[in-house]
Amino acid sequence: MASNEHLSTDPQPVIQCDSVFKIFGDRAKEKLAEVQGGIVDAKAFQEAGCIVGVNNASFNVTRGEKLIIMGLSGSGKSTLLRCISRLTDATAGRILIEGQDLLAMNDKQLIELRRETMGMVFQSFALLPHKTVLENIAFPLQVKGVSTQDSVKKAMDMVELVGLQGRENYFPRELSGGQQQRVGIARSLAVEPDIWFLDEPFSALDPLIRKEMQDEFLRLQSVLNKTILFVTHDFDEALRLADRIAIMKDGIIEQLDTPANIVLNPATEYVQKFTEDVPREKVLRIESVMDPVDSSETFSNLKVSKDAIIETVAEAVLSEQHPVPVSNENNEVVGVLHQSKVIHVLFGRGTDKPHQ
Amino acid sequence: MQFGLLAIIFLFSYHFVPHSETSYFWRLPPLLKEFPGWINTLLDNLMFQWLAVDVWDPVWKEYEQRPVFRIITRAIGSAILFVIIFVRELFLGGAQTIGAFFSDSFLSANKWLYWPALPWTAIVAGAAILGYQLQGARLALLSGIGVGYLCIFGQWEPSLETLSFVLVCAPICFVFGLGFGIWGYMNRSVEAALQPLLNTMQTMPHFSYLIPVMVLFGVGDHAGAVATIIFATPPMIRLTILGLKKVSPDIVDAGAMSGCTKSQLLFKVLIPTARTDILIGVNQVIMQCLAMTTVAAFIGAKGLGFNLKVALNSLEIGKASEIGLCVVLIAVILDKYSLAWANKQKDYFSDLSFFEKYKPYIGFILLTLVAFLLSYLGALYFQDGINYLYYVPFDKGFTISPFIDAGVDWFWEAFFPYLNAFNVWLITSVLVPMRDAYLGMPVFSTFILVMGAGYIVGGVRSAVIIGGLILFIALSEYWDRALITAYMATFAVLISAVLGIVVGSISAQNRFASKTILSVCDFFQTFPSFIYLIPVILLFGITDTSVMIAAIVYAVIPATRYTVEGLNSVPTSLHEAGTMSGVSRLQRWMNIELPLAVPHIMLGINQTVVFALVMVIFGALIGTIDLGQLIMASLSKKGGAGIGLTLGIFVAFMCLAVDNLIQTWAKERKKALGID
Repeated sequence: MASNEHLSTDPQPVIQCDSVFKIFGDRAKEKLAEVQGGIVDAKAFQEAGCIVGVNNASFNVTRGEKLIIMGLSGSGKSTLLRCISRLTDATAGRILIEGQDLLAMNDKQLIELRRETMGMVFQSFALLPHKTVLENIAFPLQVKGVSTQDSVKKAMDMVELVGLQGRENYFPRELSGGQQQRVGIARSLAVEPDIWFLDEPFSALDPLIRKEMQDEFLRLQSVLNKTILFVTHDFDEALRLADRIAIMKDGIIEQLDTPANIVLNPATEYVQKFTEDVPREKVLRIESVMDPVDSSETFSNLKVSKDAIIETVAEAVLSEQHPVPVSNENNEVVGVLHQSKVIHVLFGRGTDKPHQ
Repeated sequence: MQFGLLAIIFLFSYHFVPHSETSYFWRLPPLLKEFPGWINTLLDNLMFQWLAVDVWDPVWKEYEQRPVFRIITRAIGSAILFVIIFVRELFLGGAQTIGAFFSDSFLSANKWLYWPALPWTAIVAGAAILGYQLQGARLALLSGIGVGYLCIFGQWEPSLETLSFVLVCAPICFVFGLGFGIWGYMNRSVEAALQPLLNTMQTMPHFSYLIPVMVLFGVGDHAGAVATIIFATPPMIRLTILGLKKVSPDIVDAGAMSGCTKSQLLFKVLIPTARTDILIGVNQVIMQCLAMTTVAAFIGAKGLGFNLKVALNSLEIGKASEIGLCVVLIAVILDKYSLAWANKQKDYFSDLSFFEKYKPYIGFILLTLVAFLLSYLGALYFQDGINYLYYVPFDKGFTISPFIDAGVDWFWEAFFPYLNAFNVWLITSVLVPMRDAYLGMPVFSTFILVMGAGYIVGGVRSAVIIGGLILFIALSEYWDRALITAYMATFAVLISAVLGIVVGSISAQNRFASKTILSVCDFFQTFPSFIYLIPVILLFGITDTSVMIAAIVYAVIPATRYTVEGLNSVPTSLHEAGTMSGVSRLQRWMNIELPLAVPHIMLGINQTVVFALVMVIFGALIGTIDLGQLIMASLSKKGGAGIGLTLGIFVAFMCLAVDNLIQTWAKERKKALGID
């Protein structure tokens, strides 16, 4: 996808986290002051009655990027998100939003920031039960002080964006889970925020609806191009949606990389456990299995894009007699794809890398 | 096992402690005898000495020393009284409130300023329209017929006096309750301080508020209103805190992320989301206000309660029944109104025409005009005397009390021997021996029993709390009276618990039966407690038996309700697992349902204790010789404020001791069973 190139053009990250800690407990601050930087020992903290939620998280999110934080329950992924949205105050570290120090903001600045640049979607939808779909969506605008007429007009646009036309006067309890989350999405987008937080938005939904909502999410993002921080416990969802994935365990970010790199080079055993059963052809792009061009070979007439997912072109490639040239977005040949590599990705077993 | 041991020690000490007046094992010395006196001195200082300022007296034309506190309480009293009278005049007509703004002479010169009373036909129409607006045709019919009864039976005037209390007190309770509830929600230490205070306020007998209120605010409608407000606010506070706590943290976060300021978060997110609970609080407030009407009558509040008290005192059963029915009708209608309002969702978007939007108001105005026309015609028809189409005065309405009285007389003549035999048997062979057993209990044994139970259930902490509560009573002069109250309550609780659990268990076997019994409970719970005294006096006259039976009937409601709820909450999967293991219905009840439901049932028994105590204290209305009677007597005594309040605190402490015991036990049990 084009997003990778797009990222590098903007030097300043939208979200920048430096050594963020979130430690629960009365004595968290003084305990943390005793340690010298780096990852802290969670066990030692636990003995002092402190629970480590986020342990030394540092990363940047660039404009238009979809960063997915993946982890099982208790891994601190939601806590990290809550720190960045400042629903809880981080215990230590620095969080910069568009270059502004989040932790140094007073209430007024924080409210201002949330009204202008942040939107958030919740796992439990968190719709106001006494308000209709339209009122729920218009709510962030109304607390901002936008007139009823303007906010309703804007909310109607949002209703259309998420495809809930005709249901704007329903109450949340009259909607299905998927529809409720559409309302949640529309509400979070009503103020046209630059940064979009999603906290396990599809986890409470049935598998089929979840798939549908993921597609919807990708469609919206292709139109809106927000900077996204998305939390999930579902590795497949992370692979499907992410530009980059941060895998968390016990408050520590184990690995932060693109889906392909995580599948190809899992950094720790823990990460490997997730990647083992992942069907590679659904994750890997041609780019990661192509070979350099060797002019002595005969090429087939078919040409594939280096950004194509293997699964989508496998059948066509395998029915060719000769190796297939790979092109970049400018239609220049940048490599060649051998059938054997595709076969290895499709049927090769174990954890070996596809290029030996 | 542990309880068995405790019982043995208890019985042992019961027998071996000498019944001598000098032994501290037998009775503790009344060290806290002066406690009521302290309260009196405190009140006296507040009212007559503390911070006196010079105030210009327009009548005597000189400065006069008045304590600030007294000025404040009197000002509050007058303000409330003004509003009460205003509400009454709005419906019943009058010129007093208008007169407050002009001089009396101006008023007598301008007779036309008199605000006319609404014709009763208009009131019936209004009630029906309101019912229709809130819920539909059924509620319209109920409220129309109910209010119609009030009007036709000539009870409209006292009913409205009672209603004016509700209309004035309920909003005040709402504001206070919501305010304190929000404060308690925001600040944990405030909540921690509020909880025991609320417990005490809610378990104190209604009467015990009266005397301090009387001292502070004087006698009259406003004093009744103040007592009502004190009594009716706690449930509102409780439900506000409960409702706010139930709001999911995600919704609060969503509000914060939408960019709400703190006050926006409170008023646009938290309170609307907790709306249903808060409105149930309003419902409770209204019910408590009605329950206070008879009690408030003791310090001069007018209305149905006052008339009922008079009728009961002079044993006019027929009249009392008619008035009682009025109270019940008002309670049921207001209950239905407020619940319908709580469950009603507003329709913001329907695009209605002016007429559609204001249909109920237009309808009411038109019907009122028609009603006035009717009453004008009535004035022509009933040339002299009363215009029955306009206004049915008190005591001049339709009445069936002679029939009821005749029926009661017949009933008495026909059944007196049997009823009396039962009465005598119950008193001589059950109640008196039981009372003597209680009175013969050394204070030492009492403490072994209650603190031992506390220790078994909740460890040292519970034992100390319960012991402390009881010690406060034991150190007073009124220990024996407290024992009598305790024996009456125990008797009533035992019988109601057995009845409630049996009836509840039987009903819970069948879905339809449980639904029916729950709605029966709902219905009877809307009755103010004193209503139950009317039919039992009819049956048993003025005896302890009457009080007992009223207490049992009243206290059986929570026992039944909680049993049904507890049994119904046992998961179906467990039923099915039992069925597949081949249990019989009885085995299923004994081995699966009951053990799981017991914690919840015990919470019902807790309520039963409170209900029984309330009724036993109310029994003083028809003459018992326990704490209740002393509280009643202190109403007319000098320095009664201290005694009344102290005795009230005693009753509250008895409730709190039982409450602590049962709540702790139920909590532990639930934890052990792994339910919620």
